Amino acid sequence: MTNHWIDIGNSDCILVMGSNAAENHPVSFKYVVKAMEKGAKLLSVDPRFTRTSSKADIYAPLRSGTDIAFLGGMIKYILDNNLHNKDYVQAYTNAPFIVGKDYGFKDGLFSGYNRKARKYNKSKWAFDMDKNGVPKMDRDLKHPRSVFELLKKHYGRYNTKLVSKITGTPEADLLKVYRAYSATGAKGKAATIMYAMGWTQHTVGTQNIRTMAIIQLLLGNIGMAGGGVNALRGESNVQGSTDHCLLWHIWPGYLKTPRASNVSLAAYNEKWTPKSKDPISANWWQNYPKYSVSLLKSFFGKKATKKNNFGYNWLPKVDDGKAYSWLDLFDEMYKGRIKGFFAWGQNPACSGANAGKNRKAMAKLDWMVNVNIFDNETGSFWRGPGVNPSAIKTEVFMLPACVSVEKEGSITNSGRWMQWRYQGPKPLGNSKSDGDIIMELGLKLKKVYKQGGVFSKPILNLKWNYMTKGLYDPHKVAKEINGYFLKDVKVKGKLCKKGTLVPSFAWLQADGSTSSGNWLYCNSYTGKGNMAARRSQQDAVNKIGLYPKFSWCWPVNRRIIYNRASVDLNGKPWDAKHWVIQWDGKKWIGDVPDGGWPPLGSLEKPNPKSKWAFIMRKHGHAQIFGPGRADGPFPEHYEPLECPIEKNLMNKQRMNPVAPVYKTKADAYKTCDPKYPLVGTTYRVVEHWQTGLMTRPQPWLLEMQPQVFVEMSEELAKLKGIKNGERVKATSARGSLKCTAIVTKRFKPFKIGKNIVHQVGFPWCFGWRWPKSGKEESANLLTPAVGDPNTRIPETKAFMCNVAKL
Amino acid sequence: MPGKSFFVDTTLCMACRGCQVACKQWNGLPAEKTVNRGSYQNPADLSFVTYKLVRFNEVVVGGKLKWLFFPDQCRHCLEPPCEMTADDTDAIYRDKATGAVIYTEKTKSVDAQAVIDSCPYNVPRAGKDGTLAKCNMCIGRAKSGQLPACVKTCPTGAMNFGDRKEMLAMAKQRLGKVKKRNPKATLLNPNDIRVIYLVVEEPNLYYKFAVASNSSFDITRAVALRRLVRPVTRLTASL
Repeated sequence: MTNHWIDIGNSDCILVMGSNAAENHPVSFKYVVKAMEKGAKLLSVDPRFTRTSSKADIYAPLRSGTDIAFLGGMIKYILDNNLHNKDYVQAYTNAPFIVGKDYGFKDGLFSGYNRKARKYNKSKWAFDMDKNGVPKMDRDLKHPRSVFELLKKHYGRYNTKLVSKITGTPEADLLKVYRAYSATGAKGKAATIMYAMGWTQHTVGTQNIRTMAIIQLLLGNIGMAGGGVNALRGESNVQGSTDHCLLWHIWPGYLKTPRASNVSLAAYNEKWTPKSKDPISANWWQNYPKYSVSLLKSFFGKKATKKNNFGYNWLPKVDDGKAYSWLDLFDEMYKGRIKGFFAWGQNPACSGANAGKNRKAMAKLDWMVNVNIFDNETGSFWRGPGVNPSAIKTEVFMLPACVSVEKEGSITNSGRWMQWRYQGPKPLGNSKSDGDIIMELGLKLKKVYKQGGVFSKPILNLKWNYMTKGLYDPHKVAKEINGYFLKDVKVKGKLCKKGTLVPSFAWLQADGSTSSGNWLYCNSYTGKGNMAARRSQQDAVNKIGLYPKFSWCWPVNRRIIYNRASVDLNGKPWDAKHWVIQWDGKKWIGDVPDGGWPPLGSLEKPNPKSKWAFIMRKHGHAQIFGPGRADGPFPEHYEPLECPIEKNLMNKQRMNPVAPVYKTKADAYKTCDPKYPLVGTTYRVVEHWQTGLMTRPQPWLLEMQPQVFVEMSEELAKLKGIKNGERVKATSARGSLKCTAIVTKRFKPFKIGKNIVHQVGFPWCFGWRWPKSGKEESANLLTPAVGDPNTRIPETKAFMCNVAKL
Repeated sequence: MPGKSFFVDTTLCMACRGCQVACKQWNGLPAEKTVNRGSYQNPADLSFVTYKLVRFNEVVVGGKLKWLFFPDQCRHCLEPPCEMTADDTDAIYRDKATGAVIYTEKTKSVDAQAVIDSCPYNVPRAGKDGTLAKCNMCIGRAKSGQLPACVKTCPTGAMNFGDRKEMLAMAKQRLGKVKKRNPKATLLNPNDIRVIYLVVEEPNLYYKFAVASNSSFDITRAVALRRLVRPVTRLTASL
């Protein structure tokens, strides 16, 4: 989230699209209700009428996988009707930038496409630079190659008639949503978006979010209270685990995982440190080497020296151009190229797209260690449905983990708030905390490697001193993450003593004199104590629910990021009532500002002491034109890999031309196949959690949602002769499962062009291991393992399937 | 009228069913073995071990789809017909401080069917041995100044609980506000019961027994009359 949960209550208009907050984030609804009490409008856009829709002022259905068409139409509506916040767009976004002549877009392809490699040459999308190496701009937004004019041209095609043909949303409903939402382009108004996996799990997932970011920038809603782009995380600590490098392509704090071509620390820092020649651009990432070196110092301590590149060479590098995501790992495992697997706090036999492939892949392993609070379909894959245990060679070990309340530590919620939790009861039986398990594992590895082994240095040199009296010490880890001064150093004229905690990332150094396990969390555990454990309920001066001394949030306790865009050029808030920061003549007051520099004053002659508002961007401006994405600088509508229509009505490319596709025997895909005529999607229900591992064994929750189901319209049920409540069989090109039909008015057939398209939906929270019947299976047996080209998140939200009477 | 009351604002209920689970947890009630019957509503109905149930109804009103949620429970009537019908304060009584209508294990010895039939809201349920059960206002909690489990867990403020006067005031204030957007908004039997629902559609679209029928007072009177003649009936039954 750019903002945070409480801040939803400040909104004037809330769009819930690509998520289902009432059912999957019920507590967030407290703040939705608060906003509505003050007159905010709630808009629900979803293929299915949900519990969220039931509370909405406006509900609009759309076919799964057509969000960019829907939102692209909104961009056109905003521009056609001049509803954007002109001052904001002009000053804070890259709308005035002039794009180079090599940029082009034709027949669904951007310039620079390599058909064979299914890849773009992104250098074709570069900005024109002036003689000083600063992007050329036309602040009047009139230049034909300005981002603003190109945006107009790109979305000029997204008229409501065509959009309606693609999405299946009646034109009148499109307009209702567009009108209500874009009314917040008025100064002083803010709208927010609450999205989740309904947007990300598509072959165009990243671009779904990009489209909304463009809308939010046009309306001047980023940085504002009640605005922003807000991802509702699916677990209490997804944000935290992502910050601390859950994903293969990032190191803690969103540093890059080194590529093989980054042959030295110097080459690595050179490659990933952006350079700006604009004196008004803060270009915050110019500090990259301070963060990377401090991270290495944190990993290897005294063993990391300037001479040995601070241990950079001990860390694994990924091959250039190769992906190591979840989908790729299971693909490799399926091909027998991965021998061992730690399934830690996860259940890929149910949670992964094309779960049947994952289950087969696990049979190719020599060993698997399942770390979880209960046995699950993953740990027991060898005795699952249709599996002959005697034919499985994989040796499976179960390490019982304790549950969250039995351990101390922090979680970081969707709003980036790091909240410390105390230990309740001690771990039950012989279960252990994840921290203890990984600490002991590391110690054991060190012991084994001491006796010799290939490339032992990374293990032997790892600092690994986070235990107290033989137990994992969360405070030691939290302090390590914050970082220490490793020598007496003078920074900004202030002497910082060796061994003390670094007060914030502005103090981190690239010379090895500081450590920090995650620069973004530097400031979370300082000389003043554990910031995340704070519980003051006093609000800040602006009274918009920031509660700055309750827990701590990254970066540097800034509760609403990009907040320098919430004011005009003189530091005066766009919204006087819900102001985030303001300039009092000498300093910023309110939230922690995005840098303490004074206001810009003017665009023509900006105060030389000031900085552009979007300090994390190389050129200081938010990116309406995003030349860094794999699939194009502007989002474009492409059909899902599996879709019900032969031709993309928007352009000549049916699907995302750079989406990764996997090709094993287990990866069947079917488009426009009469055997699979229905659009399918998956979702969660409020009664179960993720794959249901924690909730299916819970009798009261199972009582409410006892069986996997498929929801379908009354019209489809009639066609198929299916009665409400009867068991049916659902199939896709990849698998099948039996489920209970819920025939409902909440799904309606879509009119797509001249055709009627039916959609059905399944919850993915079931699995054969529990309930005892063994008959409730995961809907991910149906979904395809195909991904977004930027993130490789799988496309589980739109695929083709069928349902039939048993 | 002193004592406690609930105010249930269905416009804020999103059917997360936290209340349904919290009720089972606090009261130590077992889960029922259920199947998906083609609805989210589960268990299908209130039972001897299910005191609180969110009812789901899909209806089309004026061409618009509505998904109505109704967190059903005992209304704790001010003049409870069930209490009159049982006519045995060891079995069914009203707690003086809160006004909660409490069923004890002695309900085993009352005419269960008569008690069930007397309820205008179709709430009481009998166990195998004829004992009756229903919501008890989490009486232990209510008497010690705590919120009932269902109210405590509600994330949106749909479920509220407090002194009757305060709840009535809250209900009236909310009604005024909600009416501006929903002219059909109404409070269900606010003067007769301690669980005051605010609804915005015809009450029977939520649930057949959402509101007491007009004859409920007649029923109460009939029950009172029957009570007068009961000694005779009992005598007849024992012959």
